[in-house]
Amino acid sequence: MRNSFVARHPSVLAFLALLALFTLGVSVLSEGFGIGLISTSFVKTLGKTLCLCLIAVAMDLIWGYCGILSLGHFAFFGLGGYMIGMWLMYERTRLIVEGSLAQGALPPTEQEVVDAIGTQIFGVVGSSDFPLVWAFADSLILQLAMVVLAPGLLALVFGWLAFRSRVTGVYLSILTQAMTLALALYLFQNDSGLRGNNGLSGLQNLPGVEAPQAVISLWFFWASALALGLGYLLAAWIVSGKFGSVIRGIRDNEARVRFLGYSVETYKLAVFTLTACIAGIAGALYYPQAGIVNPAEIAPIASIYLAVWVAIGGRGRLYGAVIGAAFVSLVSSWFTGGQIPDLVLGPLTIKWVDWWTIVLGLSFVLVTLFAPSGIGGLFDLWQGRRPPDRHGADLGPDAGALREREATE
Amino acid sequence: MSTLLEVSGVSVSFDGFKAINNLSFRIGQAEMRAVIGPNGAGKTTFMDIVTGKTRPDEGRVLWGERSLSLLGLSEAQIARAGIGRKFQKPTVFEDQSVHENLLMALQGPRGPWSVLFYRPNAAHLARVGELAAEIGLGDHLPRKAGELSHGQKQWLEIGMLLAQDPRLLLVDEPAAGMTPEEREHTTAILVEAAKTRAVVVVEHDMEFVRRLNCKVTVLHEGAVLAEGSLDHVTADKRVIDVYLGR
Ligand SMILES: Nc1ncnc2c1ncn2[C@@H]1O[C@H](COP(=O)(O)OP(=O)(O)OP(=O)(O)O)[C@@H](O)[C@H]1O
Ligand SMILES: [Mg+2]
Repeated sequence: MRNSFVARHPSVLAFLALLALFTLGVSVLSEGFGIGLISTSFVKTLGKTLCLCLIAVAMDLIWGYCGILSLGHFAFFGLGGYMIGMWLMYERTRLIVEGSLAQGALPPTEQEVVDAIGTQIFGVVGSSDFPLVWAFADSLILQLAMVVLAPGLLALVFGWLAFRSRVTGVYLSILTQAMTLALALYLFQNDSGLRGNNGLSGLQNLPGVEAPQAVISLWFFWASALALGLGYLLAAWIVSGKFGSVIRGIRDNEARVRFLGYSVETYKLAVFTLTACIAGIAGALYYPQAGIVNPAEIAPIASIYLAVWVAIGGRGRLYGAVIGAAFVSLVSSWFTGGQIPDLVLGPLTIKWVDWWTIVLGLSFVLVTLFAPSGIGGLFDLWQGRRPPDRHGADLGPDAGALREREATE
Repeated sequence: MSTLLEVSGVSVSFDGFKAINNLSFRIGQAEMRAVIGPNGAGKTTFMDIVTGKTRPDEGRVLWGERSLSLLGLSEAQIARAGIGRKFQKPTVFEDQSVHENLLMALQGPRGPWSVLFYRPNAAHLARVGELAAEIGLGDHLPRKAGELSHGQKQWLEIGMLLAQDPRLLLVDEPAAGMTPEEREHTTAILVEAAKTRAVVVVEHDMEFVRRLNCKVTVLHEGAVLAEGSLDHVTADKRVIDVYLGR
């Protein structure tokens, strides 16, 4: 089954092979396991990029295939990061606190340990009590489950409300922006229980692990590559069959799909929730590599960037989304990293750190206008594939037969 | 003959304009019916009401042996209950192949879960091939539907309708853009279908309607003007005035 699936979709095999080669190459060149040509911080950048590619695959599923322009998927990404961050922070603080309390004369009671952890974590927001949302923070298993459950549940409730009342198009996009903005504003508050604008920090340290960052960074890099590979495979499998046919039908003409007997709302909800879960997993792998997650990550603009990546890469094809996310986010970190010398044009000095957003915006406009299928569209040129372009006036069978010849030549 | 669909006293207005005015209509289990009438008579709107696209302001729409009301159901539920529809303007999924279009329409479970794990078996593939041959697209299965000519899209939509295996077929102007031979073929398909199910055909072409050889309902200003054999209604003075005599 799996063999025949991959055989029928050679691009999936090609993608997985490239990903494996890339992973191997980076490992060999890394400081942790290889010859040290690639710095640890760059390994982290690459690992984070893989996570962004994964959320781009999710975005492509919901937007490129199902036609729902969600501008809120970074909310799910951030939530995933918060969920794993809670355990990382709790566990690491527990180890530190227990270490220091053990110096005392009497062994500390359990309550004393919990109180001390609370003071450590919530001191910055002037509190020491554990809010309800931290109830599972001491259990890695439960918190890992929350990585999928929290974004999934939010998406389920939001999607159920939105799709049931048949909100579509621009209105839905605005609603998703409102959702991510509301979540960000809520998290900014100190009493939201997630340390307000401080967010969760120190996430790069794995509790109880002695290994140096050079090694840990590679572990996360591998995990991100694995997640991207599996996510890509899952997405490719979903869109390859009848399910893919139905969601593309929803994208192109949802009323027609209804008249075929498919419950469009249920399908939208399923895809929305699934992609939210994938986004959550991507976030849970991203933020330990970034080291910190805070509410600014969930700002509405982040989700808009995501749409821009997918559009530039080419939506409606999974590798397009991956190319877009990898290309734009790497170029972006290059431009904003300050390594590029300023461009002096007479009186005007172009500082790329500031001008990068303008370059990005401009390329988005250009791609939308002149290359609607994005960078991924280059593969079509290469393979000589052309989209059917017969949206002109409908002609009768005779005149139509003429145009048919044009289309097949 | 027992009734499959009964529409009674249905009215609907758009911004104060009465598109359907106290319309009543009934059709049996295995019956062919042609619906004719001038442009704007409400023929398409009538189909919209039956398929759940438009909610009537008043009236009843009852379905099947158990007289289930269709008014509370969604479009998808109505389609699953066994009502299939071909649109006036051919609407197929242009970005997908003829094969995918037919497979999507093919009778079978419609839930996301079963669709996700659905893989066409030999019987389904054979049925798709059979349908494609019947609508003259046997050699075009792998082609994108968007590439087809207008007439071929009409055919594809008829094929999708048959693939759904509905108990009631609502067919809106199937012959538009077809050659005389193709029209004859369409007639044959519809007549064949009407042996086992109910078929409602909206058509302006009187020759086409004559070949269907069935009871005719004339709509005018959202209400039934006349009903009976084609010869009967075409002899009706009012029908000549509003429709035929133009
Ligand atoms: N959604 C709508 N909003 C406003 N008016 C509508 C709507 N649907 C139908 N109408 C009006 O209802 C009337 C009946 O339209 P309908 O499409 O049913 O006519 P028809 O009998 O199918 O005509 P034709 O033979 O041209 O296809 C028209 O005047 C139309 O403008
Ligand atoms: Mg009409």
